[in-house]
Amino acid sequence: MLEVQGINAFYGQAKILDDVSFSVGAGEVVALLGRNGAGKSTTMKTMMGMVSSTKGDVTFNGETIKKLPSHVICQKGLGYVPEERRIFTELTVMENLEVGKQDKRPDAPFWTPDKLFKLFPNLAEMRNRPGGQMSGGEQQMLSIARTLMGNPSAILLDEPSEGIAPVIVEQMAFTIMELKKEGLAVLLSEQNLHFAKLVSDRAVIVEKGSIRYQGTVKELEENPEIRDAYLAV
Amino acid sequence: MGFYLAQFLTGLASASSLFLVASGLSIIFGVTRIVNFAHGSFFMLGAYLAYTFVNILPHGVLGFWGAIIVASLLVGVIGVFLEITLFRRIYKAPELFQLVATFGVVLVIQDLALWIWGAEDLFGPRAPGLGGAVRILGEPIPQYDLLLIVLGPAVLLAVWLLFNKTRWGTLVRAATQDREMVSALGVNQSWLFTSVFFVGSTLAGLGGAIQLPREAANLLMDLNVIGEAFVVVVIGGMGSVPGAFLASVLIGELNAFGILIFPEITLVLAFLVMAVVLVVRPWGLLGKPDAVLRGADGPPEQPLKPFTATSKYLVWALAAALLATPAIADEFVLVLLSDILIFTLFAVSLHFIMGPGGLVSFGHAAYFGLGAYGAALAVKYLGVDMISGLVVAPIAAGLGALVFGWFCVRLSGVYLAMLTLAAAQITWSVAFQWQDVTGGDDGILGIWPAEWASEKMAYYYLTLALVGASVYVIRRIVYAPFGYALRAGRDSQLRVEAIGINLKSQQWMAFVITGIFAGIAGGLYVYSKGSIFPDELHIARSVDGLIMVLLGGIQSLIGPIVGAVSFTMLEDLVTRLDYWRIIFGGVILFIVVIAPEGLAGFARKILPESLTGKKNEGVQI
Repeated sequence: MLEVQGINAFYGQAKILDDVSFSVGAGEVVALLGRNGAGKSTTMKTMMGMVSSTKGDVTFNGETIKKLPSHVICQKGLGYVPEERRIFTELTVMENLEVGKQDKRPDAPFWTPDKLFKLFPNLAEMRNRPGGQMSGGEQQMLSIARTLMGNPSAILLDEPSEGIAPVIVEQMAFTIMELKKEGLAVLLSEQNLHFAKLVSDRAVIVEKGSIRYQGTVKELEENPEIRDAYLAV
Repeated sequence: MGFYLAQFLTGLASASSLFLVASGLSIIFGVTRIVNFAHGSFFMLGAYLAYTFVNILPHGVLGFWGAIIVASLLVGVIGVFLEITLFRRIYKAPELFQLVATFGVVLVIQDLALWIWGAEDLFGPRAPGLGGAVRILGEPIPQYDLLLIVLGPAVLLAVWLLFNKTRWGTLVRAATQDREMVSALGVNQSWLFTSVFFVGSTLAGLGGAIQLPREAANLLMDLNVIGEAFVVVVIGGMGSVPGAFLASVLIGELNAFGILIFPEITLVLAFLVMAVVLVVRPWGLLGKPDAVLRGADGPPEQPLKPFTATSKYLVWALAAALLATPAIADEFVLVLLSDILIFTLFAVSLHFIMGPGGLVSFGHAAYFGLGAYGAALAVKYLGVDMISGLVVAPIAAGLGALVFGWFCVRLSGVYLAMLTLAAAQITWSVAFQWQDVTGGDDGILGIWPAEWASEKMAYYYLTLALVGASVYVIRRIVYAPFGYALRAGRDSQLRVEAIGINLKSQQWMAFVITGIFAGIAGGLYVYSKGSIFPDELHIARSVDGLIMVLLGGIQSLIGPIVGAVSFTMLEDLVTRLDYWRIIFGGVILFIVVIAPEGLAGFARKILPESLTGKKNEGVQI
């Protein structure tokens, strides 16, 4: 349902992405793996229309979204949870959710704050707390909940396990499996192979702005040389 | 006792109108990050439109208040029109651009108002039913003032509810922090910004309209109010509406009581308070430490390119042409050329602090004026000769920059820009109000060059020599290690400090250097004109400098020269016309929209590489 075909991207004169192609099927969880600076976040930003690509195409439900502004892409049902969470620190939990709110969509699960509080029980206890006074893990949950308020049918998760406590990472894995159960397609960027293995159906490895490997997680496990070449620190 | 209470209430009443303007400015700045000079024009339009509608609508209570509301809403619509046609194109442009563009709007609206309403002050009617006065402790207080005193807090409450209790308000507060993220969550930023502009300009229009019974509508309202509104917004904290209210009351009372205690320096008081607040609380009374705004970065600065061989020949050819000009040109051309040279130095010195220094200075006229006044005062009181006068000029300006710079380098971004503006306003107020010493509005006359330089040709050569040498020295400084450190500091303050450079002291020194060279320009100016007036220190002169730098393009060392030459010639051409402001403003807007990289940048795109050096490769995002 989500297809990236041969995109590139530049920051100034530096080429960040070169001919990147992959796809995510309906209800599928795909892990975008790679080291720091490999181009994972830029890939997601390009898909969201935040970074422009001069070549290639991005399609969503068969429709090209490459030249569209971010808000239109979001309204079509593609949700984005950014790296570093980007919570509105001056706004309360409820207000953060309000910003993400969009109309009900026939092809996607419908979320309300109450339904989200069942998925993230911690958030229910801090409805009126400003986002700036929450822990990293709590902010990460709020960031995901905020994006879900837009009722997406597919979601881009940029490094959800980065910088949060191990016990929360486990909870995050559980959340992603819940989202898959609800029928959402998920593209997950990760450096943490262990975490990615827990939740993903397929893996795409990106290195220096190019795709180096695509396959099932199982295949990746059986080929330690690929893992060592592109993911070992 | 009654007298002081009356004075206090008057202060509160003026605070209300000021608060309406300042809160609108603050709201617009909070979301769009545009420092909108045209906000004062919205205020002025509010007053003029209210005047018009009061006369059209039936007289009486309903007609009067109807006129005020219609006028405010119409100003809101004008704000929306400007947002869609102009501001929307420059949200991602550097601050300088936005500032100069909004100043272009100021010029256009000034001439439109002159054309529609004429040059006479227009006195509005008193508010029906509120024309009388109430006695409080024996002092008469105008009823209308009491209404204004209530109106201020009422609007504060309404704005607070709008921002904290509606979905729109939540979205606006979110966008104030992270526009890009708001957009990625499905919110159409464009319309959010447009609606913010509507609310902000309506508030400015209302501020102007309710002022009509107290103050005649006039063509000076725009720049008069914008200076005060900036002060209020900065003292209160950019983007904070309650802060704007607090600061309005503070400034309103300061004016009401200041006039009793220090009638000589009322104009300086507000700016002094602002300077003190910024030093103690760099983000204003109720502002928040400026989180880096995301999703609004302009393109990265490119490295400066040295001259190519061909352009070196061109520079020598230009120098030769300038040396040879007096042989063929008449006196008029020589005077114009001298002016151009002087403003070239002014623009180059401003560019030095803004481009390589990365410090936006909105008050560069301060140093130009300090140089000119320094020389003029030395002649008037010490009777020094021209050479000494020309030595005093840069010293005076350099000392001024030493003092102002010390405060300024402690701030960053818009607050820095506002403090430089305040510094210039303080200098201007002193020159304007301290009549015994500076001659006030009458200026200082009779500052003529020495015998040997009194011929236009001789003075031209003197100007050429000093300007040429100064520009050469500035260029050398930019390419010296000191210049590298400055440019590095502009690009990343943290990294520069991490490698052991004390950036603040480097920037402080840059302030002094830029002050010295602007002072030389000011000294040359006063001797070429024979007189100096406070106008040379006014906001308009600072903006002239900014326009020159913008015209030439900020990312090029040749830019300010190209800019100063084209600006001075253009000004010489159009100011002879009746409606020159609208032409001039139009030209500025045209350049901002069509050639945002400035004339020199635009030329670099179309000129061959033998002149410009290797062109940039790769694709810009």
